[in-house]
Amino acid sequence: MDALIANLGLGFSVALQPEALMYCLIGCLLGTLIGVLPGIGPVATIAMLLPATFALKPEFSLIMLAGIYYGAQYGGSTTAILVNIPGESSSVVTAIDGYQMARKGRAGAALGVAALGSFFAGCVATVLLAVAAPPLAEIAFKFGPAEYFSLMTLGLIAAVVLAHGSVIKAIAMIILGLLLGLIGTDVNSGMARFNFDLPELIDGIGFVVVAMGVFGFAEIIKNLEQGEEREIFVNKVGSLLPTFQDIKDAFPAVLRGTALGSLLGILPGGGAVLASFSAYTLEKKIAKDPSQFGKGDIRGVAAPESANNAAAQTSFIPLLTLGIPPNPVMALMVGAMIIQGIQPGPQVMTEKPQLFWGMIVSMWLGNLMLIILNLPLIGIWIKLLTVPYRLLYPAILVFCCIGVYSLSNSPFDVVLTAMFGFVGYLFLKLECEPAPLLLGFILGPMMEENLRRAMLLSRGDATVFVTRPLSASLLAVAALLLIIIALPAIRKKREEAFVEE
Amino acid sequence: MRLRNPRDFWAGVLFAVIGFAFAIIVKVAEYPMGTASRMGAGYFPYVLAMILGVLGLIIVAKALITDGAPVAKFAWRPIFWILSAVVIFGLTVKMLGLALVIIVLVLVAAFGGHEFKLKEQLIAGVVLSIGAVSVFVYGLSLPFPIWPAFLN
Repeated sequence: MDALIANLGLGFSVALQPEALMYCLIGCLLGTLIGVLPGIGPVATIAMLLPATFALKPEFSLIMLAGIYYGAQYGGSTTAILVNIPGESSSVVTAIDGYQMARKGRAGAALGVAALGSFFAGCVATVLLAVAAPPLAEIAFKFGPAEYFSLMTLGLIAAVVLAHGSVIKAIAMIILGLLLGLIGTDVNSGMARFNFDLPELIDGIGFVVVAMGVFGFAEIIKNLEQGEEREIFVNKVGSLLPTFQDIKDAFPAVLRGTALGSLLGILPGGGAVLASFSAYTLEKKIAKDPSQFGKGDIRGVAAPESANNAAAQTSFIPLLTLGIPPNPVMALMVGAMIIQGIQPGPQVMTEKPQLFWGMIVSMWLGNLMLIILNLPLIGIWIKLLTVPYRLLYPAILVFCCIGVYSLSNSPFDVVLTAMFGFVGYLFLKLECEPAPLLLGFILGPMMEENLRRAMLLSRGDATVFVTRPLSASLLAVAALLLIIIALPAIRKKREEAFVEE
Repeated sequence: MRLRNPRDFWAGVLFAVIGFAFAIIVKVAEYPMGTASRMGAGYFPYVLAMILGVLGLIIVAKALITDGAPVAKFAWRPIFWILSAVVIFGLTVKMLGLALVIIVLVLVAAFGGHEFKLKEQLIAGVVLSIGAVSVFVYGLSLPFPIWPAFLN
């Protein structure tokens, strides 16, 4: 307990520096901005800003990038409620009841509950991060290559289970991602693999190239094909303060959303999108009168919005304790840390305590800033929604191009990103989800490395993965997940659940 | 024969082709396989590639006996213009300089939209160009040339 207070004290001393506050504010502002604007998400934004963080101190750069991720969770709800389209994919379900509330003239209450619920969830998740991370890091120090391999397998399986649509297609996407991740020089033998004699591919394909292509460009093309039709509900926002009855209805939902979101954030393959979705489903399941959902039930706003914010923050736990990114945004954070010369993993906490604790405390301060940005200043964001997409997408393109190009000042990377843009679009059309691909892409080299080391240590005995207890239990959980999802009854439920989206 | 589940069918074909192609590369380029205890550069990729190929075939087989949706139409216009704009940016930024290439990028990308308003897009391009140059080159000192190479 004393250690915790001392650590938090250290965190405050970092996060309260004027510069740190400024970068936190910039991150939250940017996050809210891209959250409000449909068609650009945290993955593309963070990828875009990576080169710019090179000149910053490590703690400031991570504080800012983290702000973008959780800030986007606040901003996303504004668009969902007022325009009935999600500003962020994690706000898809918020649109269902939020927009109905807006149509009943209760947009203000919906916005208020979303922001307050997010704030509550953010505070809880921050505490959880501070309390749970140190012991987890202790366990992580006991991990050998076999455990890391099993953990990554579990993460990938979890990503499959949680992906939408066909399980087998999701597995194929993961394997494809793993393969693409192996392109470039093999670290053990120094041999260039799958580089098609292109010198540019010797170092492999950059993660930003894949992420920007698949998430950034493919998304823009998709938005352009859908056409521009938005019905903005801004004429009457109403009082932002929820009534007493609202609070009474919403509070238990906020609690459940926070708990579920925190849990799903930690899980590899999880994250904000999944959290909001599951929280909504849970609310509907346990409500005594589920008929109100879809017609403007405040719980349908409170639970998913709390859940996505909680998950956005707890997804830092596996990154900071194990060095394993549970979702694409965290993979970019790995990139940001490596740019700064920091290897993510359990040693971050002991070697760079000011960075670790500064970031945690900044998240809490950031949540405080966000509630101010999102409630009193809501009018500004509403105005932004009236900017037509035909003016927005060129701007997004410009920033993406600059971001990709400046990673290594290479025209090749830009052309390759365009190719991945097409590939991403193709996958959209074939209903193959890109998130598992990206996760595989990040974990590919790490998995190979750990597999080789584990096998070398065991002298080629593959049973090492099941004879070491930690590794065995991780694999058991993965197997259990696969069995569960293969059961017909569960499979049907899962299909139903994803249909609602 | 009409395909019953074209979307899954083509997804499966895609995975199978990529998977087996990677496997063939491992064999043709003779990446060393090594042994289980000392894996060579080819071991892990070969195993993955074969799994991907087989998964692709399974998806194809499943698609032949189940019903599913067709592949939605491709929006070739935005694909072509957006991606061209990006490629042009990448290939010419060193030559044209950031200020000019952004205006070109915006104008080319505008063809991918629903309506093309020259004046509006020109203004947008100029504003973005000024903004990006001041933020990225002056503010963050990213090493971009600002003006076209032939002016220097």
